[in-house]
Amino acid sequence: MTGIQLTPQDTIERGLALAAAEGADGCVVLVAETSSANLRWANNTLTTNGAMRGSSVTVITTVGAGEGTAAGVIGRSSVTEDTLREIVAAAIATARAAGPAEDARPLVEGTTGADWALEPEETSVGVYEKFAPALGESLRRATQQDRRLYGFADHEVVTLYVGSSAGLRLRQALPRGYVSSTGKNADLSHSAWVGTATRDFADVDPLALDAELTRRLGWATRTVSVDAGRHPTILPPAAVADLMTYLFWQLDGRDAFEGQTVFSKSGGGTRLGDTLSPQPVNLRSDPSLSGLEAFAFAVARTSGGSSSVFDNGLTLAATDWIRSGKLESLMTSRHTADLIGVPAATPNIGNYVLSVDAATGTTDDLVAGLGNGLLLTCLWYIRMVDPQTLLLTGLTRDGVYLVENGEVTGAVNNFRFNESPVDLLARFTTAGATVPAFSREWGDYFSRTATPPLLVPDFNMSSVSQAS
Amino acid sequence: MPDIDEAFLDLPRRELAEAALQRARDLGVVFAEFRLERIRSESISLRDSVLESAKDDEDLGLAVRVIHDGTWGFAAGVALTVDEAVRVAEQAVNMAQVSRPINAEPIELADEPVYDDVTWVSAYEIDPFSVPRAEKVALLTDYSDRLLKADGVAHVSVHVATVHECKYYANTAGTSYTQQRVRIGPDITAHAVAEDRFDSMSSCAPPAGRGWEYLTGTGWNWDDELARIPGWLAEKMAAPSVDAGTYDVVVDPTNLWLTIHESIGHATELDRALGYEANYAGTSFATLDKLGTLEYGSPVMHVTGDRTAEHGLSTVGYDDEGVAGQQWDLVKDGVLVGYQVDRRMAKKNEDVLGTPRSNGCAYADSSGHIPIQRMANVSLQPAPDGPSTEELISRVKNGIYIVGDKSWSIDMQRYNFQFTGQRFFKITDGKLDGQLRDVAYQATTTDFWGSMEAVGGPQTYLLGGALNCGKAEPAQSGAVTHGCPSALFRNVRILNTTQEAGR
Repeated sequence: MTGIQLTPQDTIERGLALAAAEGADGCVVLVAETSSANLRWANNTLTTNGAMRGSSVTVITTVGAGEGTAAGVIGRSSVTEDTLREIVAAAIATARAAGPAEDARPLVEGTTGADWALEPEETSVGVYEKFAPALGESLRRATQQDRRLYGFADHEVVTLYVGSSAGLRLRQALPRGYVSSTGKNADLSHSAWVGTATRDFADVDPLALDAELTRRLGWATRTVSVDAGRHPTILPPAAVADLMTYLFWQLDGRDAFEGQTVFSKSGGGTRLGDTLSPQPVNLRSDPSLSGLEAFAFAVARTSGGSSSVFDNGLTLAATDWIRSGKLESLMTSRHTADLIGVPAATPNIGNYVLSVDAATGTTDDLVAGLGNGLLLTCLWYIRMVDPQTLLLTGLTRDGVYLVENGEVTGAVNNFRFNESPVDLLARFTTAGATVPAFSREWGDYFSRTATPPLLVPDFNMSSVSQAS
Repeated sequence: MPDIDEAFLDLPRRELAEAALQRARDLGVVFAEFRLERIRSESISLRDSVLESAKDDEDLGLAVRVIHDGTWGFAAGVALTVDEAVRVAEQAVNMAQVSRPINAEPIELADEPVYDDVTWVSAYEIDPFSVPRAEKVALLTDYSDRLLKADGVAHVSVHVATVHECKYYANTAGTSYTQQRVRIGPDITAHAVAEDRFDSMSSCAPPAGRGWEYLTGTGWNWDDELARIPGWLAEKMAAPSVDAGTYDVVVDPTNLWLTIHESIGHATELDRALGYEANYAGTSFATLDKLGTLEYGSPVMHVTGDRTAEHGLSTVGYDDEGVAGQQWDLVKDGVLVGYQVDRRMAKKNEDVLGTPRSNGCAYADSSGHIPIQRMANVSLQPAPDGPSTEELISRVKNGIYIVGDKSWSIDMQRYNFQFTGQRFFKITDGKLDGQLRDVAYQATTTDFWGSMEAVGGPQTYLLGGALNCGKAEPAQSGAVTHGCPSALFRNVRILNTTQEAGR
């Protein structure tokens, strides 16, 4: 294991050459170079940190298998010149031992991208050059003011290279970062949370985040007990992202076609074309969205209901999943698109924007317009209870507030909810403008989201949670 | 006992460790530890008896963690060269130096005996990676076919995950070990689709610290379960919807393990109780001041933490801080009596905990992550001469018997939880009376465990578990087993999930 480390481009070219020499009909090689740096704090002090570098190589080979084509997939980290040969041979042997792949299609053709020859981009602890001192200052302030701060900052850069025997040579570097911070008062009886996504930490001010936490903890000066039940409830963009990300993940075309999701039609087929909401709701993905950039081509290391290893490199285009309240598209590979009878594949894309036509205003504006109800900060531990309705359960967390006559007048106990995001899209009465939104529960994994605040007239709080 | 994989032993583990630890010493650390890890993982998925995907992955890398000037520093890399080991050590020290200004608590570790170049291998018979892929796919195709040909089964999905983990650990105190573990997680589900609704029924076989023999009948009776799943599914499709209300429930270990995981396992992690997970997974109602006094549940409740249980997913010879595996009490006679801790928390809280030693709960899910306090196998002990599941059911006049896990959720202090399951049998006058559907149970942790009237005997005991318990920032995935018997609970709130959805 002390062989020569290859560059990503050399790994791909040598891998493709080895596959051809060993008799593979086709080959795709994906190389992902990652670096990340993080800081974590609790009880007003740093707890852990890390600077990590990673490298992974995935070799996908295809061979003839009877009247079809079979695929073999092998993934490895720490690949050297010596081990690459073993990986390619293993991928070919795996393909030869497999039967015809149901999703087999010709490999995606393409040319060499303009940035193909560039080295991987990297991050390091240097990304926190301004952030870390300001964080230190906010921790000191919290100590002086008898508050406690807990949080995490993470920055990662992934540079992905994709090459294939069909001529594809693609490279894309994607940065991703976020901060999530929780504040508690001295006796830990109340808490508040703020979070935000970033690409480079240049736009993140720990002192401003701390000021917002302090403002929210101030709302807890008055505490009010509210019973479970259905309440008029304002969901800020972060909470909407908590729920809509789950909906987004349920847009699998094949599962819907086979009658296993909320997007399945009774009696067979999908609900494509059905009206999900009477409101002009749109759910859209676009890899080129400014600030929410995602990979511009399909990346699949395994095949599944809506993805295929044969589709690697497929150009991703802006896709409407829901348009004017109507279910417009489901996630499909080329194979799944054929199976369910839609004209073209619409693969998963790593971002989404939920919007409501003509909606304007902020969460504060929605608060100002509400006579009596609740304001949720974020949701947590969201899990599916019933796939038929996409009923989700979960809890409120770190800040539920009472709204009276257009103002936040106190902090409220936490609740367990049972709600379906599909139903919420049909039931909300007021929406605000769409803004970048960082989901509390899913943001560490899926942070490229933009959502509006929503007012739901009858959000189902199933029971009270004692957690504070 | 299988041997440690020769290919892993051939890696320059000692050479890399010595280089990294020496560089760390030269840079003035108080303590440093080195890990070299190779994690092989394979996932095989079939949809309707057709191979959908099969992927063979290997993650190999090295990591160095140091205590420098009282502050943690951690770094990881992938190239297995002396230069890289030295670079990673330097980067770990650099991380500590950068972090020092925002660290208010000097790090100290509990003492642990030195283990000099020891080895440990988990209990399994057949390395899953030694079985030809075609043989594995053929078996899973057979299992799929058995379900697919049954009346009322529209689709079948199969997924099997296997992991082969090798680790070399060395620290500046002189401990070094080489450890190998194998785990396997099958998921086999039959789906039914009717005109107005659909549903599914999954195997209750939990993931296990076993090899491929698990899929061929050692530790689980596949022939029996696969033969019965279509009938159970058909009955569930035709079952009446439950009336929401309060019921006595008998919970099968195939379901209860997950309730234990969420409401006891995570709640007795001391890092949570002290606030170190407050921004992510949350804290715990079982705070340190309640040790020895908190009435966690009824007097029949005895829960242990265990890093030594055979076939346990969290079972190790040594943890990721060089601490030997142990077993201890968490809840005894219904009272909170212990926590899960790592070396730092053990040292910092030794006066309250009453012991100066870590109980070995440090774990990192790969070389790319820092060790954190993770869950031991947390298990509810059976009553030595306790009743059978049938005897527990016979004590219920109007209730529900819950089998298999499905949906789960609990709040960030581990009070309020809600679970569903695979099968819910109505109990009428002490006997099973057909299935119900749309069932979820919801409770507060101490109320629920306080309502536990009886636990079953050893004949009802089963190891459940999960491969993918999430914790920490950056997120890490842990595998953990929970053993438990069947148990009887009185007056539990049952929800109707269709009504909860407003239908």
